[in-house]
Amino acid sequence: MTSTAPTLAPHETRRATRDTAGTYLGGVASGLARHLGLPVLWVRIGFMIGAALGGAGIAFYAGLWMVLPTDERFSDEAPGLASATRTGKRPQEARKLGDIGPTIALGALGIGIVLMFETAFGRGALFWPLVIGIVGVALIWRQADEAQRERWIDSSERINPLRALFGAGGWASYARVFAGGALIFVALGTFALTSGGVGVAREIVIAGLLGVIGIAITLGPWIFRLASDLVDERAERVRSQERADVAAHLHDSVLQTLALIQKNSHDPAVVSRLARSQERDLRAWLFTTPTDSGESIAAALRELSAEIEDAWGVDVETVTVGDTPVPETVAPIVHATREALTNAAKHAGAPKIDVYAEVSPSAVEIFVKDRGVGFDPAAMPEDRHGVRGSIVARMERHGGHAEIRSTAGVGTEVVLKMPLQEERS
Amino acid sequence: MTRVVIVDDHAMFRAGVRAELQGAAAPGALDIVAEAEDVPTAVAAIREHRPDVVLLDVHLPGGGGIEVMRQLGGVDARFLALSVSDAAEDVIGTIRGGARGYVTKTITGTELVDAIRRVAEGDAVFSPRLAGFVLDAFAGSIEVAAVDEDLDRLTEREREVMRLIARGYAYKEVAKELFISVKTVETHMSSVLRKLQLSSRHELTRWASDRRLL
Repeated sequence: MTSTAPTLAPHETRRATRDTAGTYLGGVASGLARHLGLPVLWVRIGFMIGAALGGAGIAFYAGLWMVLPTDERFSDEAPGLASATRTGKRPQEARKLGDIGPTIALGALGIGIVLMFETAFGRGALFWPLVIGIVGVALIWRQADEAQRERWIDSSERINPLRALFGAGGWASYARVFAGGALIFVALGTFALTSGGVGVAREIVIAGLLGVIGIAITLGPWIFRLASDLVDERAERVRSQERADVAAHLHDSVLQTLALIQKNSHDPAVVSRLARSQERDLRAWLFTTPTDSGESIAAALRELSAEIEDAWGVDVETVTVGDTPVPETVAPIVHATREALTNAAKHAGAPKIDVYAEVSPSAVEIFVKDRGVGFDPAAMPEDRHGVRGSIVARMERHGGHAEIRSTAGVGTEVVLKMPLQEERS
Repeated sequence: MTRVVIVDDHAMFRAGVRAELQGAAAPGALDIVAEAEDVPTAVAAIREHRPDVVLLDVHLPGGGGIEVMRQLGGVDARFLALSVSDAAEDVIGTIRGGARGYVTKTITGTELVDAIRRVAEGDAVFSPRLAGFVLDAFAGSIEVAAVDEDLDRLTEREREVMRLIARGYAYKEVAKELFISVKTVETHMSSVLRKLQLSSRHELTRWASDRRLL
C-alpha cells in the first residue's frame, strides 16, 4: 500500500500572525504573545506602558496590525475537515459578544486619558482634530480588516473594491465606514476652523475631497485590475493543486485497492484486509494531520496497529490520550506493545484488539486487551520466551513494569508502564 | 418499540444502516420512522415524527449535527452521534452540543442496536475512542474544551471509569473491575457527559437557572 505522506518534513519558518480567535483589537497582542512564547498579559501590559510613554505603544500596535497577516491563511487542516468546513458541514465559530467588554474598557480608558490631557494642558488647537482623525482612520481600517477576515474564510469569492472595504455588508460595516469618513472630515474641518476662518475650512475640505477623487480616478482601475488578476490566479492555482492532490491520492490508494478487491473477490479474508487498510489510509489522509512515526508515541502506535491489522487480519482499535515524542527510554514500551499485539493476534483468536495508551507527565501506560481464549499466566511454560523475555523482562530491564492478566475463556490484558524521567540538561 | 430517525447526507450509508438495523434488531424492537439528509430536513423530520433516538451524522450540510440539536432545543429526542470523522473537536463538539453518545461508522449492527437501546433508556454511550477524547479534553490537550477549573474536573472514580471504557471494557466488566454496580457505572458516565456538556460557563449558568439554582 502506498502512502502519500511526504518523506521530508518541509522546513517551517516561524511567522508571527494575528490571532483571530482571541481577539479584542485585531488580535495583535495575543498573536505576538504566541509568537514570542510569552503570557499575553505581559505583552498587553507592554503595549500599555508603551502607550503611556508618549504613545509609542499605540503606534507600534497600529503598525503591527497593518503588517501582520491574520493566522487564518496559514491554518492547515486535514483535507476532509477543511472540505467539510468549506461546504458548511461543520459549525462555524461565532464571535462572542462577551469579548466586547475589554474593548469598551479600553475605549473608556482612552477617553479618560484625553480628558486628562485637556485639563492639564488646556484646549490645544491641534489635539482634538488629531484625535478625531485618528479615530476615523482606525474605524475604516478596522472595517477593512473585518472584510479581509471574511475573504480568507470564504475562498470562492472574487474581490471587488466595494467588498474589500465592506466585506459581506451589513449595517455595522457601513456604519463603521461612514462614521470613519465623517470623523476624518470633522477633524479636517475642526482643524481649519480653529486655525483660520470658515473660508479656509471649506477650502481645505474641498481640496481634500478633490485630492481623494483624483487619486481614485488615476489609480482605481489599475488597482482593481491587479486585485482581480491576483485573485483569479490564486484561485486557479489552489484549484489545480487540490485537484492534483486528490487525483494522485485516489489513484495511489483507492483505485488500486478496488482493483485488488475485484481480483480477490472470492476470498473474503483478503477483501476485508484490503478494505480495512484502505479505510485506515483514507481516514488518516482525511482527518488527521500527518506526523512522522519518529516524532510521537501516538504515531508509532498507529503504525504498529496498522502493521498488525495487515499481518493478522484483526481489527486493532487504538486510542491514545496525550502524546510525547519518542525518546530512547520509551522505545522499549513500543517494542513490548508490538510483542503483546502479536501474541494477541496470533493466539487469542479474537476479531478485535483494543489498545489504549495514556501519556502523563510522569509515565507512559499502554494497555493491550483482547477478548480471546485467554490462558493461565501462572501455568505458562518456562520456554515461552515471547511473554517472559520480550514483554516482562524487557520492561523491567528498562525500569518499567509489565503485568499480564488473563482468564481462560474471557480474554487477556497486558498492562505496560514506563516512567518518564524529567529531562535534565 | 424504539422509534429511530437516521440523519446522514449519504443515501447509500442510510440504506446500509437501515438494512443493518433491521437485520440485527429483534423483531418489533426498532422502528425507523424517517430519514433525513441535511439540517433542514432533519429538523422537519424530527419535529414531525418525534422519534426516541436520532442517529446523527457529525458532518452534515447546513452547519453540522450540532446545528440540528441547536434548532431543536425543546424536543426531547435523544441524539446518538454516528461519525466517520476521527477529529476530536468534531466529536467532542457534538457531544457538548447535546448528543448522548458517539459511535464510529465501522460499528457492527448488534453493537449499534445495543447503543440505540442504551441511549433510549437514558444512558450515555461512550465508545473507547470517545472515552479517549473525553480524557484528553479534561486533561486540556484538546483545545475545544475550555473546561471549567472549579466545577468540571472529573472525579477520580469518573476518570477510572473512563479509562476502563477507553481500554475496551464493557459496562459490566467496568462494574466488576471497580467492585461497583452497573447502575453506578451508568451514573458516572451520565455525570461525565453532563460535565462535558456544561463545560463552558455560559452553559452552566443556563443549566443552573433552568433548575432554579440561581
